[in-house]
Amino acid sequence: MSRQAPAPIAARAAAVKSALIDKGLLTAETFDHMVHLGAEAWKPENGARVVARAWTDPAFRARLLDDATAACAELGYEGPQGEYIVALEDTADRHNVIVCTQCSCTAWPVLGLPTDWYKSPEYRARVVREPRPVLRELGLELPQEVAIRVWETSAETRYMVIPMRPAGSEGWSEEQLAGLVTREALIGTAMALPAHRQPIAAS
Amino acid sequence: MRGIHDLGGMYGFGPIARESDEPVFHEEWQETAFALLMAAGSVQPGFNADQYRHSVERMAPGHYLSVHYYERMLTGITTLLVEQGVLDLADLEARAGGVFPLALPVAAAPMAAFTPQPEARFRVGQQVWVRQYSCKGHTRAPEFCRGKSGTVLRVAPKFSFPDTSAHGGELREEHTYHVEFTARELWGADGNDSDSVVVDLWDSYLEGDAP
Repeated sequence: MSRQAPAPIAARAAAVKSALIDKGLLTAETFDHMVHLGAEAWKPENGARVVARAWTDPAFRARLLDDATAACAELGYEGPQGEYIVALEDTADRHNVIVCTQCSCTAWPVLGLPTDWYKSPEYRARVVREPRPVLRELGLELPQEVAIRVWETSAETRYMVIPMRPAGSEGWSEEQLAGLVTREALIGTAMALPAHRQPIAAS
Repeated sequence: MRGIHDLGGMYGFGPIARESDEPVFHEEWQETAFALLMAAGSVQPGFNADQYRHSVERMAPGHYLSVHYYERMLTGITTLLVEQGVLDLADLEARAGGVFPLALPVAAAPMAAFTPQPEARFRVGQQVWVRQYSCKGHTRAPEFCRGKSGTVLRVAPKFSFPDTSAHGGELREEHTYHVEFTARELWGADGNDSDSVVVDLWDSYLEGDAP
């Protein structure tokens, strides 16, 4: 068994890419297209728009809770890791939070590719056993009377949280409301932003 | 026993480091790793997500825990491509100018014995137990819920059974269930009276009667 230090990771990645291209198995364009999907097409702004629609349109909210895959597809959000989406609605007495303890599964089309903290061994190991200290550490202090449900993404269901609509956002447009819904709110490690945080939209 | 990837509930991990305005990819090699995962199906015969997940799970534990998510991704995909003869390790090491550590081989007899369950055996509201099984290969019931009892919240559609899908066994589909476990059931004194964990579990992993 070799004890030599590995080649730098950038060199290893470039080696695999160049070998596949040289063998004619992939093209540089295929690589670029995949990176575009991951870096630009799938993003939490998509999920934020789904939540804002649910906050303003009761019929859409009902469809989202009944079949989130179809409701997200209505807004054009579908694709890999979005084949079976379930929306989890927060209430005054129950808060939802998502994790994938065994890898880092996420609903890519509506949450975007997961960030490093979500993929970290620390989050994956700890949030199932100690959700309250973890949420507190991430800036969310929940009263004891609010029950926390941690959703472990162990099979093919991909989850998104519908956070509670912030007080003071009555009459806001869907676009303004979407600006209150962060990636963290869709995962459940934060609430939606308070309404006073929204910049006043030009009219 | 659990593999190194099965981290849920493990003690000893410290604070969760966060970065403000984190980019999707920090470096170009991370983009390459992601694109490889996305394109793997078109270059590797028989590629599937369960086989991929297990290729990452087979990394030596010290390697697995010490590197970035996208290095795990690159290591897993490359391991599969080398094992299937699509790429040659010596060629990759020559191109990279050094050692290219891969994941370890699949264990002998990687699958636990599960009876196929083509029909949904459980319903919403039913109490179920997770089988207390051992498995050296790919499986998706986290160890923290094995042998524990929970309540079915939802019956999800049928999906490919991961253990056989990862290991070239009989292809089959089974329903999964969103099973809610109280924090007390899972963690004993560490648990909290108001909290719970919901785990998405294939039919074969469950029993309707106490073990």
